[in-house]
Amino acid sequence: MSRTLRLAAMALMTAATGMAAAPASAQDTAIIVQSTTSTKNAGLYDHLLPLIRKATGVQVNVVAVGTGQAIRNARNCDGDVLLVHAKAAEETFVADGFGVRRNDLMYNDFVIVGPKADPVGIRAMTDAPAALAKISEAKAPFASRGDDSGTHKKEMSLWAAAGADPSGASGTWYRETGSGMGATLNVGRGMGAYVMTDRATWLAFKNKGDFEILVEGDDDLFNQYGVIRVAEDKCPSVKTKPAQAVIDWLVSEAGQAAIAAFKLDGKQLFFPNAKAQS
Amino acid sequence: MLKRVADLATDAVPGRVAITARALTYLQGDRTLLGPVDLDLQGAGRVLILGPNGAGKSLLLRLMHGLIAPTSGTVSCATPSANGPGRATQAMVFQRPVLLRRSVAANVDFVLKQGGRRRSAERDALLARVGLDGFQRQPARKLSGGEQQRLAIARALAVAPDVLFLDEPTANLDPAATAQIETIVRDVSEAGTKIVFITHDIGQARRLADEVLIMAGGRIAEHGPASQVLGAPQTDAARAFLDGRLVF
Amino acid sequence: MQDISSAFELALSMVLGGDADLVEIVALSLRVSLSALLIAVVIGLAVSATLAVTRFPGRGAILVLLNALMGLPPVVVGLIVYLHLSRAGPLGFLGLLYTPTAMIIAQAILITPIIAALSRQILEDLHDEYAEQFRSWSLSWRAKVGALLWDGRYALITVGLAGFGRAIAEVGAVMIVGGNIDHLTRVMTTAIALETSKGDLALALALGIVLLLLALVINGLAMTLRMTAGRLAYA
Repeated sequence: MSRTLRLAAMALMTAATGMAAAPASAQDTAIIVQSTTSTKNAGLYDHLLPLIRKATGVQVNVVAVGTGQAIRNARNCDGDVLLVHAKAAEETFVADGFGVRRNDLMYNDFVIVGPKADPVGIRAMTDAPAALAKISEAKAPFASRGDDSGTHKKEMSLWAAAGADPSGASGTWYRETGSGMGATLNVGRGMGAYVMTDRATWLAFKNKGDFEILVEGDDDLFNQYGVIRVAEDKCPSVKTKPAQAVIDWLVSEAGQAAIAAFKLDGKQLFFPNAKAQS
Repeated sequence: MLKRVADLATDAVPGRVAITARALTYLQGDRTLLGPVDLDLQGAGRVLILGPNGAGKSLLLRLMHGLIAPTSGTVSCATPSANGPGRATQAMVFQRPVLLRRSVAANVDFVLKQGGRRRSAERDALLARVGLDGFQRQPARKLSGGEQQRLAIARALAVAPDVLFLDEPTANLDPAATAQIETIVRDVSEAGTKIVFITHDIGQARRLADEVLIMAGGRIAEHGPASQVLGAPQTDAARAFLDGRLVF
Repeated sequence: MQDISSAFELALSMVLGGDADLVEIVALSLRVSLSALLIAVVIGLAVSATLAVTRFPGRGAILVLLNALMGLPPVVVGLIVYLHLSRAGPLGFLGLLYTPTAMIIAQAILITPIIAALSRQILEDLHDEYAEQFRSWSLSWRAKVGALLWDGRYALITVGLAGFGRAIAEVGAVMIVGGNIDHLTRVMTTAIALETSKGDLALALALGIVLLLLALVINGLAMTLRMTAGRLAYA
């Protein structure tokens, strides 16, 4: 038995050390970016990460969750950089001392998608709150993220602007999926429900079926992304140098150009708008 | 783990097997399953235990072997090598052999290994002794009933026991297989191992026994040399059993 | 329906084409789940052998607990491991979150109760059969456990497969503690979840088919092992 145990222990140790040692070479220059499902699902990082690696030598590992969870994870110090889209929450994050400074990075916009048949008739409306009000009056099915993400926060603010509170209808015509954007789109398609989504995820989404964009172009649907370095005062484990290097590159001319150059089917998904560094 | 009590018997003679029971009793709840039993089994030779179902034969054997502890009274088994360091001096063969899920050879090897010995020559000799040479690589549980029981005996002999307990080893066997077992038991006995053997078969007792012990109702009805007990039983219970009548 | 047929085509071309990303993901899935299995087997068998051979007060309660833990939801395990490995957690200083090691830990926690509970039943049944013979041989605890594990090994392989199957198929725990980071912690199931959320159902299904093939191969190997070696011992 002792022989067996020793063998097992050895195997365990090799397994464990092997795991830990695997990314050792990139360890010091690898950072974790807590980010959103929308940027990841759209494929932005597949485009950007090799460029970042080349320009800064930093290996970026992206954890894509809802903005709310991304911020919570960053508050737990489980990330070096936060790249999300919920300006108010981001500013609180910085004000609480967890972030060093918030930079505008890029924007795109939200759209409301739904079945081609458009039972409520919101097609081509340019007033998003009015469209939502119409949906709520008709009690037409609407699928919401319901996950405290940036998109969910935006949707809630639009409901408020529409003077409607759908939370009371949760479970009837208002369906909260509690999942990511793509999963919510899958659900929406499955039950022919209207969905508010960011344009990037929508364009990259491959399970569109007969769904199409019905509402777009309202200023209220503007979707701003920000990037924040996690503060080392609160989180000593943060790799400040490589994290700052990545942010510096993202807001630099080269980084902004790289964001602009990311296209899907010929369409630009994100529009860089970082302010020039002072 | 139950400890076997050795050398308790006051009249133990060095170099001889002496199994001694004094007021040996076993209760299950309030029910007396055995006893009180007083018993002396001395020296080599073959003791055959006879009696109807429920007479307490198996229980007595298990108490003597130390598989279970008595409710009261004592039982001891002093054997010539009892004082040897960690050396097993008794072995038991069960009515239904409990064979490991391994090959024939590995079954014997397992017991040899427990005794710190691991010689394939020794194992092969043991298997040859029970007529299983050549069966080494076969799965033990694929053997016939008689072969399984012979393997169980070979395994029991691997501890070189001074006493071998057998609990109805031939109960499930045909006459040919039974005869083989009887030959092996006689052979083992003549090599100096004391045999304590339970059977239902009076004919088997006549063929094998030096000494016979007839049990009924949890007690010893009669105990003596085979010729005397089987030829001229003194007690009603023993007579009844040998005549094939029910006894309680 | 169109998705399903194109998924099969896609799966076939990915497997035959030896797609580099796919190979990496499959390799990581195997590395994580097999390591978790190894840990779970060592701990689970130690626990189950102890429970099978020994009687002590509180044993019944442990059995109930162990059986209940078999139903642990992976997400809950993921959360618990996350809370411990997070920089803000007690083990945060190890820096293990978002690494394959974190995923191994989570999966090991998930399947150890399965290994322990199922093998406990097997070993106890075997022990019931062997107990009297063991007592006759005055076996030490170690020898008893060794004999039970060895003689139960073929049934225990099935237990291992059950544990492995649960580990390689779960997504909730590895998603949380691994983060589904490309080229670092992305495994089969998190890749499937990602492709599903991208709406690429055909690719997601194709990955699912590959996962199924993987499970088939591993089960086939285990079965072959069991059959060839088992011929010597079983009845």
